[in-house]
Amino acid sequence: MALPKHASPLEKIWHYTYLVICTLVFIFLIAPILVVIPLSFNAEPYFTFTEKMLTLDPEGYSTRWYDLLLTFGMQNPGAPRDGMWWSDAWANAAWIKAAKNSAIIGFFATILATVLGTLAALGLSRPEMPYRRTIMAILISPMIVPIIIVATGMFFFYSDVGLANSYTGVILAHATLGIPFVIITVTATLVGFDHSLTRAAANLGASPTTTFFRIIMPLILPGVISGALFAFVTSFDEVVVVLFVADFDQQTIPRQMWNGIREQISPAILSVATILVIFSIGLLTTVEVLRRRSERLRGLTPG
Amino acid sequence: MQADTTLLTTADGQPLKAALKSAASKAKRRAFYLVAPLLAFVLITFIFPIGQMLHQSVYNPDFTIHEDKGTKIQTPIMVNLQVWFRETEIGTVPDEAAFAALVSDLIQLRELRGQGEVGTRINYDVPGTRSLFTKSARRAAKLEAPFKEAVLDLDEDWADPELWQAMRTAASPYTMNFYLAALDMRRSETGEIVAVAENRQIRVKLFSRTLTLSIIITLTCFLLAFPIAHLLATLPLRYSNLLMILVLLPFWTSLLVRTTSWIVLLQSQGVLNDILVSLGIVGANGRVQLIYNEIGTVIAMTHILLPFMVLPLFSVMRTINPSYVRAARSLGATSWTAFRRIYLPQCVPGIGAGALLVFILAVGYYITPALVGGAKGTLISNEIAFHMTDSLNWSLAAALAALLLAGVLALYWLYDRLVGIDNLKLG
Repeated sequence: MALPKHASPLEKIWHYTYLVICTLVFIFLIAPILVVIPLSFNAEPYFTFTEKMLTLDPEGYSTRWYDLLLTFGMQNPGAPRDGMWWSDAWANAAWIKAAKNSAIIGFFATILATVLGTLAALGLSRPEMPYRRTIMAILISPMIVPIIIVATGMFFFYSDVGLANSYTGVILAHATLGIPFVIITVTATLVGFDHSLTRAAANLGASPTTTFFRIIMPLILPGVISGALFAFVTSFDEVVVVLFVADFDQQTIPRQMWNGIREQISPAILSVATILVIFSIGLLTTVEVLRRRSERLRGLTPG
Repeated sequence: MQADTTLLTTADGQPLKAALKSAASKAKRRAFYLVAPLLAFVLITFIFPIGQMLHQSVYNPDFTIHEDKGTKIQTPIMVNLQVWFRETEIGTVPDEAAFAALVSDLIQLRELRGQGEVGTRINYDVPGTRSLFTKSARRAAKLEAPFKEAVLDLDEDWADPELWQAMRTAASPYTMNFYLAALDMRRSETGEIVAVAENRQIRVKLFSRTLTLSIIITLTCFLLAFPIAHLLATLPLRYSNLLMILVLLPFWTSLLVRTTSWIVLLQSQGVLNDILVSLGIVGANGRVQLIYNEIGTVIAMTHILLPFMVLPLFSVMRTINPSYVRAARSLGATSWTAFRRIYLPQCVPGIGAGALLVFILAVGYYITPALVGGAKGTLISNEIAFHMTDSLNWSLAAALAALLLAGVLALYWLYDRLVGIDNLKLG
């Protein structure tokens, strides 16, 4: 993207303007995510930088909002912080409960979506698959159909079959929403898959099961794991279906945040947001590492 | 040359053609068996619930069947009125027989404690009639013939021909009335379709606002995504991989986190307004209202949907051979002409894919408009949610959802046609 030597002044000006525009867009993308991090350490209950914060006065900063995450909902938050206090927090603190629910629902929804989705992706990437296009369209549709319609439909359905307000209902719903991501990532991995490897395995006497676990699985594993991570994040970030089909017992982190934003927004929300941003940085790193590994395995080197 | 006359066979004596055919169908079946569990799962947990919702949009039995909340026993209600409606034509002025039927039905309702639901059902079509039903049902047992006079004595609203028309349509559980309501229309007392009063026309306005805002969001996404996608596609891979992280991090960050950040930034006491005030661009009293209106929705949704535009644009731009533009330049084209006539046309597939995806996602957006949209920045999804959770007019919610779904599916079909679902990529 270097500018050629013979560029005219006008072109030079335009080139630098273009770079400035790009920088501004990148700032637009990233600033809102980073801004919550310092604000979550605000000592005051405001959503803006106080003067003490701007002058980097340590008094302007505190971890009180992180503390509130632990104590909110506890039976006896003022007690001395010993083993009892922590077990109280573990059992009763609203955010810890929400985190536990998110983890449980996310875990099972991911397992379900990944197992079914990987199997289906294997079938879909076979050349002899009948009605491939239609079936693919149906399986991807949970990603396209507006979430409010999905939630409305599931509300009626789950109320009828008695799955409303249960963990099973939320897990099934989240698995459905995660499936498109698994299908997309696993089929993308399978595009570069060399089918002569499975034939070679069969030729050497391996049963289909052995071929799957010893040959196919190690090769597509990076794709499967990224798909699983996508499915997990989908569930972990989902709030509308939870709003419609879950009960108070199944409150997840996003559901709790939704309450916080709608009712009384406090910097405690920002501390949750900060934790989630760090969480997503970790996820993104994992996915990137996996993607590169998968490209290396398939012999596609990123220049 | 015997091979010409005898059939080719496999080692076990089967005709080759049949053997190949059975092998092919076996392979087909195998591929299908792998997909079948997931297909069944999606059909049950996704397609079927949506079908059920669509059914709800044309079917509402609140006026014909009463279900006891505790025992779940269903009882037919309003039976006598239904008979009268069947025997008379649309627009018939209710006579003594009609009122007698009404009174006996109201007495039954009172025994079942179902007058509230029935009143609510008619209230959807003729606002303000719920209390009419609850009040009349309470006193129905004491009424004596002639019923017409007695009922009208109780409340003269019972003479309203519109009310009788509403009851007539509600008497058959299958109705298109909720679709009419979703489009700001209703049936007049003679059964014709007319527009509702001007001050009640909100849903068509919401549909058109959803459309306008989605178009604006798609356009801003395109304008912001184009330069950075171009930069990412032309930089050496080492740098572009690093910059790509700046696009992917928002993509992986929780939606609620991003929405919260925008609330923090855009609030009138928030960071952006503080910067504007300290720079002296606006006065301390003239803080700009950037949130809880259309601006808030557009800004936050553009940020959230931007990666969906950058990624397809980037993957198309990366494949564009730079020597075409160079050739154009060396043939005398100015850099603008070379861009417009050579580069841009090659980006069209990426632009189409990104714009369609962003538009499809924007049309159905719910969370962000609900949190930052205020009253002026909400979309049709929020209206659906309102009827699901607050007004509890589920059939209307289902009808609105069905209309939205039809639009989204049409766009999805178009996307599959133009781009192909297989080409959908994430990251």
